[in-house]
Amino acid sequence: MAQNDPLNKKSSISAEDLTRLSKEAEATATPSSRQIIWKEFKADKIALTSAIIVVGFILFVIIASFFIPAGSYKAVNIMDYFNKPFTPDFWLGADSSGRSVAKLLIVGSRNSIGIAIGLTLISGTFGIAYGLISGYFGGMTDMIMSRIYDFMLMLPTLMFIIVLVTIIQNYNAITLTLILSLFQWMGSSRLIRSRALAESRKDYVAASKTSGTSNFKIIFREIMPNISSLIIVEMTLAFAGNLGVETGLSFLGFGLPNGTPSLGTLIANATDPTNITQYWWTWLFAALEIIVLCLAVSYVGQALRRSADASQRLGDK
Amino acid sequence: MWKTILRRVLIIIPEVFVLSILVFLLAKAMPGDPFTGSINPHTSLAHIHHLMKINGLYDPWYQQYWNWLVHLFHGDLGMSYEYQEPVTRIVGERAINTLWLAVFATVLTYAIGLPVGLYAGRHQNSRGDHAIRMYTYVTYAIPFFVILVMGLWIFGYLLGWFPTTGSIGTNVGSGFPAVISRLQHIILPGILQALFGLVGIVQYLRSEVIDATHSDYVRTARSKGVPVKDVFKHHVFRNSLLPITATAGYSITGLLGGSIYTETVFSYPGMGLLFVSAINYRDYTVITALVLMYGVLSMLGTLLSDIIMAAVDPRIRIE
Repeated sequence: MAQNDPLNKKSSISAEDLTRLSKEAEATATPSSRQIIWKEFKADKIALTSAIIVVGFILFVIIASFFIPAGSYKAVNIMDYFNKPFTPDFWLGADSSGRSVAKLLIVGSRNSIGIAIGLTLISGTFGIAYGLISGYFGGMTDMIMSRIYDFMLMLPTLMFIIVLVTIIQNYNAITLTLILSLFQWMGSSRLIRSRALAESRKDYVAASKTSGTSNFKIIFREIMPNISSLIIVEMTLAFAGNLGVETGLSFLGFGLPNGTPSLGTLIANATDPTNITQYWWTWLFAALEIIVLCLAVSYVGQALRRSADASQRLGDK
Repeated sequence: MWKTILRRVLIIIPEVFVLSILVFLLAKAMPGDPFTGSINPHTSLAHIHHLMKINGLYDPWYQQYWNWLVHLFHGDLGMSYEYQEPVTRIVGERAINTLWLAVFATVLTYAIGLPVGLYAGRHQNSRGDHAIRMYTYVTYAIPFFVILVMGLWIFGYLLGWFPTTGSIGTNVGSGFPAVISRLQHIILPGILQALFGLVGIVQYLRSEVIDATHSDYVRTARSKGVPVKDVFKHHVFRNSLLPITATAGYSITGLLGGSIYTETVFSYPGMGLLFVSAINYRDYTVITALVLMYGVLSMLGTLLSDIIMAAVDPRIRIE
């Protein structure tokens, strides 16, 4: 009885040998993609710093914005009109309505980053699914889908977005994100399509097809995991670009509804000739923040891209 | 070759048709009607109904679309509510300003982008190449409008090298001084637009040159004993530059889209600024005309690029 119990069975390999062997096996095995990414970030200290800055900053604005009640950054106070920065009450100064720039910056960052994340998730999911389906089926489906894609690329999207935003009454952050997604999904779709096209010619797909797996399952359960590293890279780089989409619209005055702070509305203070030079604190901090954030996110994206491409890795050297 | 061009031209027709339907439906969805500027509180409701009726606003949408299309082909884009002038005249005045800026920016983009891209590809992994890649990474990552604002602040206000608003100085006469003043006003926005626009060209050209360097014909030329300099001059660069000519058409889309930001930041009275102010005044005839125009222009740009591409690269031609 005890002889058949695998747990009690005496092994012919000693404990030291076992740990040594498994260590050896681990060293020679193909590293998992998580290990590769970690190695890449360890080799590239700037990428690691960027990743820490991005994650730390996003967490900071989300947590800090909980402690800023809506009234405190919306209240107009003439007495604090253009209060200078680096004073105890106003670390980053006050704007023309006497509102604290620091508070507006934190809440505005949360709104802008939130929309950028939402936009990346929604438009990314649609764009990736579009590319996968178009590439996998090929033929007629691919041709029609590519034509629609080409058409979308030629549209003056910024104008369409602005017009839609003005037509739709009472929109909010969610409707804005959806409108933006309607015109921003094309970014990664072409690359994903060509990868899916290459992938669909491979033996494992043919084998899966012969054994009767449904197309849907092959696309999303078999091909998609195989190009997941590419998808992560694309999503990260898209996030860097999407930070500029909502902020750009808000900068023009067509983004988030009036009274909702955004990095774009803060930078829009610079369109006033006296603000841009005399009251520089009303917009410069927001501009610098967006520059640092975009550079950091796209640096992380490039490090991820390198780790997805074996010939460019820094971590293997 | 002719077959390819014909095929490509045939494709654009349904595309323009779909675009015109989209723009028409957008115009219909906009609140207000064509008489917004011309009626006053004393106009009777019956009179408005009469106006609506004789102008066909109660017709089914496809009939209205057809009428709109017929007017369009006669060059009649309607009246601007805000300016009470024909839209074609207003847009025409602004289009010239945008055109000047776009031409200046495009020339600059290629004048800087081509040598820089060729250099980066020729001297791959050199210090200069690293600096160029650093530059493209930074410029590509930062949103365009932030670059514009920072450029305006540093070069327009802090250093005071360039005028900060408008397309021409006040109290400038006509003739030569006017031309100089106009040039001064487009230099800074033009440079900033070019610095942003050349990123794509540099990256594309760099990878083209690197690819060409590793190709068989270059190896053959080298083994025959052709000097490196001549290999690059006669083989690599020539082959890499051809596809770049085709990007000119695609860049129209980018320039037009960018003009909305550039003209807003620099208060430059072109079509982009006209669009933003038309949106703010809810001047729908102007908005419709501009959206349609931008859409058709970028379609023509893409058409142009595809044709150039087919002309320089025989592999693209399809029967």
